[in-house]
Amino acid sequence: MGTYLLQIFNGISVSSILILAALGLAITFGLMKIINMAHGEFIMIGAYVTYLMQNQFLHLPKSLFGLYFLLAIPASFIVSGLVGFVLERTVIRHLYNRPLDSLLATWGVSLVLQQLARNIFGAPNVDVKSPGWLDGGLVLSQGLQLPYKRLFIIALVIVCLLSMFLLLYKSKTGRRIRAVMQNREMAESMGINTRRVDAYTFAIGSGFAGIAGCALTLLGSIGSTLGTNYIVDTFMVVVLGGVGTLVGTAAGGLLIGTANTTLEFLTNASLGKVLVFILIITLLQWRPNGLFNISSRSLDD
Amino acid sequence: MTEANVRNSRFDLRRLTKSKELLVFAFLILLLVFAPLFLSIFRVNLLGKFIAYAILAIGLDLIWGFTGILSLGHGVFFGLGAYCMAMYLKLEAAQGKLPDFMSWSGLESLPWFWKPFTNSALAIVMAILIPTGLAFVIGFFTFKNRIRGVYFSILSQALAIIFSVLFVGQQAYTGGTNGLTNYRSIMGFSLSSDTTKLTLYYISLALLVVTYLFCNFLVKRRIGRILVAIRDGENRVRFSGYNPATYKIFVYCLSAAIAGLAGAVFVPQVGIISPAEMGIVPSIEMVIWVAIGGRGTLIGAVIGAILVNALKSGISDSFPDVWSYFIGLAFVFVVLLMPQGIVGLVKEMARRFKQPPNHTEHLSTDKAA
Repeated sequence: MGTYLLQIFNGISVSSILILAALGLAITFGLMKIINMAHGEFIMIGAYVTYLMQNQFLHLPKSLFGLYFLLAIPASFIVSGLVGFVLERTVIRHLYNRPLDSLLATWGVSLVLQQLARNIFGAPNVDVKSPGWLDGGLVLSQGLQLPYKRLFIIALVIVCLLSMFLLLYKSKTGRRIRAVMQNREMAESMGINTRRVDAYTFAIGSGFAGIAGCALTLLGSIGSTLGTNYIVDTFMVVVLGGVGTLVGTAAGGLLIGTANTTLEFLTNASLGKVLVFILIITLLQWRPNGLFNISSRSLDD
Repeated sequence: MTEANVRNSRFDLRRLTKSKELLVFAFLILLLVFAPLFLSIFRVNLLGKFIAYAILAIGLDLIWGFTGILSLGHGVFFGLGAYCMAMYLKLEAAQGKLPDFMSWSGLESLPWFWKPFTNSALAIVMAILIPTGLAFVIGFFTFKNRIRGVYFSILSQALAIIFSVLFVGQQAYTGGTNGLTNYRSIMGFSLSSDTTKLTLYYISLALLVVTYLFCNFLVKRRIGRILVAIRDGENRVRFSGYNPATYKIFVYCLSAAIAGLAGAVFVPQVGIISPAEMGIVPSIEMVIWVAIGGRGTLIGAVIGAILVNALKSGISDSFPDVWSYFIGLAFVFVVLLMPQGIVGLVKEMARRFKQPPNHTEHLSTDKAA
């Protein structure tokens, strides 16, 4: 019984990380149709911002150290968002309607950002000491303990999902974003400054990647290739879930996350990955546009 | 710019350049034929590796430049071809005994799927057939269901990841992270001798010519037109009574076969194949060769592959950091400023030279993206 519960928890935990990493993509890829291969590097930037924040707090009294993480979350959002903003203004804005080209250009950006990180922070991975209040775990029974870090990430994902939902569907900004993404010309003629909307939408998506990076520091050391390890999985989450829907991203993340842990538990790590891939291809046979797609009558999308 | 204009400008271009393309290719091959006279055997060997990459680039150009399908998993096909050849070389080096890494991993006898590879001819055939078969399965299940564009690219990238993970994981059968290396001879000829190296170089060169001529023949036929039409307007092709899925599966298989051949050419010259050669990073680097050279022209793929790799071995040996920046910026620069690559640039310059400057029609085929 305990093993199964732990497996389920592990599945949810892995899913939560995938969802968190994919949330930003749900915006940049899902809404804007930009294949941002540098998304992983925004995750990396978020992680390094957390690292820097921690270093600053090392100079402060010990009692305050635990607080650094709470500050690091908005900081990583802002820094990643700013880098995203700059990237959109300089590179991405030339690439709307050229999705495959956007993929190549942003891959180049990702190589440059990785090398920058290596030159600034050095090639070896660095460790971020997690705050004391996240050590330990919730003891359910003998030998069954749910680490607070993982629980915190799950909570963070729920908060992020909710705030993104509110932002996209309940705010004026969100209405503008959706209007521009759904029908650019019409939005333009209604007086919306579409270029500005593009820029801050991309910045928000990148910012969420930063938060994901911040959360990842809780789980292990960070290095320049941190983002690369997640990039393919997160794209699969968005593709499987259905482009442009938050529910889809959450569902895709849960499905891939639990499938990953379950299949790896039943077979082994490498075979598990293959099985997950086969599972995704099979599901796409049944629903080529993802599990929760926005139905549309347009022929070319 | 209206549709008709685009078509006209393309047509002019075709007449202007297509015949010259063959000339340029012939000149390039002539250079490569005489290169060993001026280069050390080490450099010739290196050039042979670039030629293997050029073969692969032709196949990749066929699917991306002509048909508009961006495959980010071509490293897998290249790797499979290379592994097939490497298995044969490994068995020949083991001289009837079990290959060294297998006995380290505790295997007692040769696994059944290794057995056919004792035969060199069979190994070469397999190096082409296995990638083709995999491409057929993947292509069938994606293109038939109209999974396309970005979705296909992402799936093909996942393919690259799972194959490298699989090959690392199955250490006893594939050699794990180290891959397959330490070969001795090929069909009885020592791989360390200069004559063998030179022969291998000329064989790869010949295969490059054959691949190029075959693909050149293909893209000039009707099928080539259909491939380009799929790139520029898949639904129009469908409404004209063609089934794009069939053509896409065909071109995917063909380019996988070419990639497998390139892998088989690569291994005896380089002497090692490891999962690192088939992951996402090398797979996407292959795409940039084609992009820099000029997508949609076969000669561009060849030039791009050889040029980028020559630069890479020149720069990355002494300054690995600089190489990362260079290749990264090259991606951005090429995509933003010269989407048609070097060949496009040359064409544009030739056109400007021939026509008065007030004629500002653009030769963009941006829709390829």
